[in-house]
Amino acid sequence: MTELDIDFEKYEPVIGLEVHAQMLTKSKAYCTDPYDYGAEPNTQVSPISLGHPGTLPMHNRQVVNNAIKMGLACQCNIASYQYYARKNYFYADLPKGYQITQDKTPICTGGYIAIKLKDQAPKNITLTRIHMEEDAGKSMHDQDVYDTLIDLNRAGVPLIEIVTEPEIASGEEAYAYLSEVRKLVRYLEICDGNMEEGSLRCDANISVRLKGSKAFGTKVEVKNMNSMRNVQKAIDFEIRRQIICIETGERIAQETRSFDALKGITISMRSKEGASDYRYFPEPDLPPLHVSADYIEGVKALMPELPKALFEKYTLQFGLNEYDANVLTENKDIAAYFESILKHTSNIKAAANWVMVGIKGYLNEQALEIKDFSVQASRIADLINLIDEGKVSHSVAAQKVFPEMINEHHLSPLQIAEKLNVLQESNSDELQTWINQSIEKFPSKVAEYKAGKESLLGLFMGEVMKMSKGKADPKLTSQLLKNTLDHHA
Amino acid sequence: MDINDETIDRLCDLAKLEFKGEERTAIKQDLTRILSYFEKLNAIDTNGVEPLIFMTDSENVLREDKPHTSIQRADALKNAPAKDSDYFRVPKVLDK
Repeated sequence: MTELDIDFEKYEPVIGLEVHAQMLTKSKAYCTDPYDYGAEPNTQVSPISLGHPGTLPMHNRQVVNNAIKMGLACQCNIASYQYYARKNYFYADLPKGYQITQDKTPICTGGYIAIKLKDQAPKNITLTRIHMEEDAGKSMHDQDVYDTLIDLNRAGVPLIEIVTEPEIASGEEAYAYLSEVRKLVRYLEICDGNMEEGSLRCDANISVRLKGSKAFGTKVEVKNMNSMRNVQKAIDFEIRRQIICIETGERIAQETRSFDALKGITISMRSKEGASDYRYFPEPDLPPLHVSADYIEGVKALMPELPKALFEKYTLQFGLNEYDANVLTENKDIAAYFESILKHTSNIKAAANWVMVGIKGYLNEQALEIKDFSVQASRIADLINLIDEGKVSHSVAAQKVFPEMINEHHLSPLQIAEKLNVLQESNSDELQTWINQSIEKFPSKVAEYKAGKESLLGLFMGEVMKMSKGKADPKLTSQLLKNTLDHHA
Repeated sequence: MDINDETIDRLCDLAKLEFKGEERTAIKQDLTRILSYFEKLNAIDTNGVEPLIFMTDSENVLREDKPHTSIQRADALKNAPAKDSDYFRVPKVLDK
């Protein structure tokens, strides 16, 4: 049997994701060490993060608040009573010999994250749980010939782990889900969402089964996917691999596999047969947490408007189409900038277009973020108003005035347009002079026009534009021109 | 619960310890004694009693998110059996 004979469509993939999000706190989860990605090794440690005997952890309130925020954003239940647990395993980058996590009483349960694929109805991915835990240090295996080098800066950095039900059906859905998770954590400002630097990490549990079957297939865990695209690729590869395994009569091993981004394949890392025994038990060093309804309300009050609410506002209230609303809500800072423009102009569609085309184009070109954009939103509104008043054409605004506004912060868009000599001529006396001249230039064409060849209007328009060096207000010119020609004897 | 060779193997594996010959017999005896000592607890009827996890009533002991660096790298590395100026060193481990 070759791959060509296999009917891949017979099978249905069953995927659950575990996402670890590193919290954007100033100090670690259970001690005060700061943490900065890329800091000198072993400079952001303390007796607590090093696991020295006799030390006691104390939990960071901000981590609890962040986890509650994420839970509220996903409509989860927030547990009123919780305690922490020790997950025991032996590894050199885990100095205590156990990870402080939550086992029986995760801070959030239930809830969902909605995803939307192109041309498909939205789908809710149910969350099993969100819990708080700590990161381990980093092991470097290939920097030294003989030893593994250990950097414990990351040991004790706060994480939340977001676990889905096995409801994801493809690499594409996994990609969409991760985009939503990243968007949410960035809106909430609880995690920077950077997969390349590992502040957002994703493990995928993947199995396949015949469509219609109720039983699950053997589950394989895939790790080490350091971008959203790689998650999608790894999942698609793994689904195919498993189906080929089944169809060729091979057994799928219950194992952990690693994604090799260069080759685009997954490779066996270790077997999960005789699964590890983590011997969870309640962490006696940290007192339990009681989260009251009032406390939750207090955290809720600190939350920003979420992308879903903004999307609804933009489509229902502002009348923008779904595509525009999506682009504008992709990033909280972009949405905020867009709304700042609206404080100074009522032309919503123009504001949306300027953000999505002119400004985003410039930012992409310069590899900048909107927060680094030097032009104030009110000045973009001024430019929009200038166009609406017919003082400059849209194309002149985009090609000449806008680029100058980025460099010139003291002059208003109007002053810049004056300086560049691109203000549209809407002085009808001057326009009339040019119109008269253009008519005198082509007496025969005037006759043809009057005989019904209306397309000749363009010729006279062109002439006026030439004489005005492109500054004639096209709308006014065409009006005056028609009027003049109609009354020309 | 019976402490047999299988239990000892499992515990050794989890604790990354090795017991051979006399040591193995001794640890087996010790563990059996410890377990039978705790067997006494089974005499008490705990039906309907919630497990006690914490010995004090304190809860919600949280700290504000303020960073503070307490030690320098040299101090952090001081007690390590193997180290260089920057890192802790351990035998090569590839499998996690």
